[in-house]
Amino acid sequence: MSSFLSIRNLNVKLAQGTPILRSVSLDVNAAQVHGLVGESGAGKSMIGKAVLGILPKALHITGGEIWLDGTDLLTLPPSERRKRIGAQAALIPQDPLTALNPSKRIGPQITRRLVDILGWSKADALDRALELLDEVHIPDPLRVMRNYPHELSGGMRQRILIASAFAAEPKLIIADEPTTALDATVQKQILRLIAQMQKRHGTALLFVTHDLGVVSKVCDSLSVLYAGKLVEQAQMRRFFMSPIHPYSAALLAATPTYADPTGSLTPVPQSVIDTVEQEVAQHDMRHQS
Amino acid sequence: MRDAQKEMRRPLGLRLWLSGGWLFALAVGAILAPLIAPHNPLAQDLFAARLPPFWDAKAEPGFWLGTDSLGRDVLSRILYGSRLALFVALVAGTLTCAVGATLGMIAGYYRGWPDRIISRFVDIWMAFPPVLFAILLIAVLGTGIVSIIIAIVIIDWTRFARVIRAEALGQSAMDYVASAKIAGRTKFSTMLTEIFPNVLPSIIALLTLEMGISVIIEAILSFVNLSISTDSPTWGGMISEGRTSVHQAWWVLVFPLITLFLTVLSFSQLGEGLKDRFDPVLR
Amino acid sequence: MMFSINDLKLSLPDMTQKPLFGPAPQIDILKGISFDIPKGCVLGIVGGSGSGKSTLARAMMRLLEPTSGSILFDGMDITHTSEEELRGMRQRFQMIFQDPMSSLNPRRKVGGIIAGPMRLHGMDRTKERVNEALDLVGLPQSFSQRYPHELSGGQRQRVGIARAIALRPEFILADEIVSGLDVSSQAQVLNLLAKLVKELGLTLAFISHDLSVIRRLCDRVIVLHQGLIVEEAESQILFESPQASYTKELLAAIPLPDPDQIWDA
Repeated sequence: MSSFLSIRNLNVKLAQGTPILRSVSLDVNAAQVHGLVGESGAGKSMIGKAVLGILPKALHITGGEIWLDGTDLLTLPPSERRKRIGAQAALIPQDPLTALNPSKRIGPQITRRLVDILGWSKADALDRALELLDEVHIPDPLRVMRNYPHELSGGMRQRILIASAFAAEPKLIIADEPTTALDATVQKQILRLIAQMQKRHGTALLFVTHDLGVVSKVCDSLSVLYAGKLVEQAQMRRFFMSPIHPYSAALLAATPTYADPTGSLTPVPQSVIDTVEQEVAQHDMRHQS
Repeated sequence: MRDAQKEMRRPLGLRLWLSGGWLFALAVGAILAPLIAPHNPLAQDLFAARLPPFWDAKAEPGFWLGTDSLGRDVLSRILYGSRLALFVALVAGTLTCAVGATLGMIAGYYRGWPDRIISRFVDIWMAFPPVLFAILLIAVLGTGIVSIIIAIVIIDWTRFARVIRAEALGQSAMDYVASAKIAGRTKFSTMLTEIFPNVLPSIIALLTLEMGISVIIEAILSFVNLSISTDSPTWGGMISEGRTSVHQAWWVLVFPLITLFLTVLSFSQLGEGLKDRFDPVLR
Repeated sequence: MMFSINDLKLSLPDMTQKPLFGPAPQIDILKGISFDIPKGCVLGIVGGSGSGKSTLARAMMRLLEPTSGSILFDGMDITHTSEEELRGMRQRFQMIFQDPMSSLNPRRKVGGIIAGPMRLHGMDRTKERVNEALDLVGLPQSFSQRYPHELSGGQRQRVGIARAIALRPEFILADEIVSGLDVSSQAQVLNLLAKLVKELGLTLAFISHDLSVIRRLCDRVIVLHQGLIVEEAESQILFESPQASYTKELLAAIPLPDPDQIWDA
């Protein structure tokens, strides 16, 4: 298998049995960016969380496989699994403010993972942190390492989290709506930075977003989700040229764009919603027994 | 997603039933004490002193929880004691709540000088050690049930003022308050119709907690003999008397103590349970 | 003119920089803003975070007190009118908020939320009017018995719109009302707003950080940057030939759902 991350028939349910993810399968190849698109509640963030083993307590994986670099994570004992995820995968979170500890300086927050989990020496970790902050274009990294999170702008904080995610050279990074909280101009810089870093480091990137515009800028391929079920999987270019599933097409049509003077604000038609709902119901029927 | 939220909600009810049940039973016992108490709580019988509770071989029928060193029935004294305890809890708790919550809501919503005055008072108030403050107050006011209630209100209104101020402050920042202003609602009316319903669950939780605390304060005051006249039975008084004879008759100390503990616990649990119940967002 | 804003300035105390003693230093949020909203116009107000667009909205609604300058509503100076005097006029200009979770009181049912402002202004037949308002925003009348948290994001925002239009105002200010919504409900809410503006003859100020939703809806657009207006133009002109460098930057930063868009700058 050439893909670095391969998810097979992943099912996640609430403790009471409500399905959250419905037999999701997807592959992310090394040095590729795969987008996960869907509206709120589609379960797109849950896929990343399931891979990283940070699902909310009420959710349980009830079936499927998560292959990371040739090993099915779900067959490993928990401690072994955590170690493997810690060494090979990292997360760029949505909200850069809550992801950083407000009472600690930036420096230790980047180096801690290197020292504690990967056993680097403090000096090595410090060097690496400086190098990375420079790589994400943070001016005067030495000073920023001594800053507290609240002293930095949202864009700066997100840069730091990107640096921190790449610090241990993980082979897989999951970016969970990393630019949703940012202004358009800052979003552009951050997206370009993520794409740049991903290429340079040859990382596999799973990019969770609700914005098809963003997908068209950073992803090589994508999966569209509805109610925790895959609706369509496609190469990026093919998807935007000719989406196959009516729901994908409707989602694309609903995405506002200023380039179109007549405006392209077409709500997702009820008939399309009914179609996907039916598919979801059929899936649940098949998996009842 | 809404179904998911509903399913994730933890089941409540048991603690509401248990705590409510205990308090209800206690209230019935208090109201009907003259009818159901097996003995006169004040009747001494030195021949029946320090009788053990019913399961002991030396127990005498009719004295379920034993008797104290003067031969008074422990069960009857607990029942009569609960009349004072619950009365104080109800009246002092409610009054404290009314005073504190009103001031807290005004401070948190109106801000400005009302807030500065109220907050400063709260700060100064909180610097007094509460029990010493209570004893001092009783010394000034004289003993008696009215004094106890006044003392509790004076000491504890700050608890409400502080918490409800913070809550009201948080609610004031919500857009529905701005929306009410845009609709042309007056400040006072906004406080009553928009803020108050949103701080009500906290008020209820604090109110029941305060009732529990009132029970404790009353017990402490009767323990140091500053409650009401010594001949009426009080839980604090019983604990105080039981303490001296704990080696000969532990039950005189332990049963009122358990009653006190369960009552205070029930009040706080009832508050938490009601808070969840009355929250439409959680319900 | 529905609204005339002249050299509006507004400063707020910066609590993060407050010294231990003495007052906090003031930060200038709005640094002298002037523009007009003619009757029947749909004006877009665009800007990034920190541009002052929400502060401007709150100043226009008299939720915040301007430091200097003037705000004229339908020819009347309301810059420093007392809240008592303003109360009678409040029905004429309404606002729809960004986050319906915060702007709809969680402890009141939808019917009460919509009817509340009407009762304040002495309107009769509130029950029928609530139903009319729900009809207008495309929600079933049975929703008046529901609590806000029982609705989806798009439905909640419709309740916010219903509350505003139920008062039959002449002017509505919509502050980032679709930024929290999924694209499908976003389209629905925007279409609804466009329809209502036409049907009810409203004047609308539409505040957004997202230029892509502005073009469709607005006749004119002003672009705010750090408390100043950097560009004001007819919508079509602004999108086709933006003048200010910030507007160009903003336009260039929007990722269109199109893999062929040249997105380098």
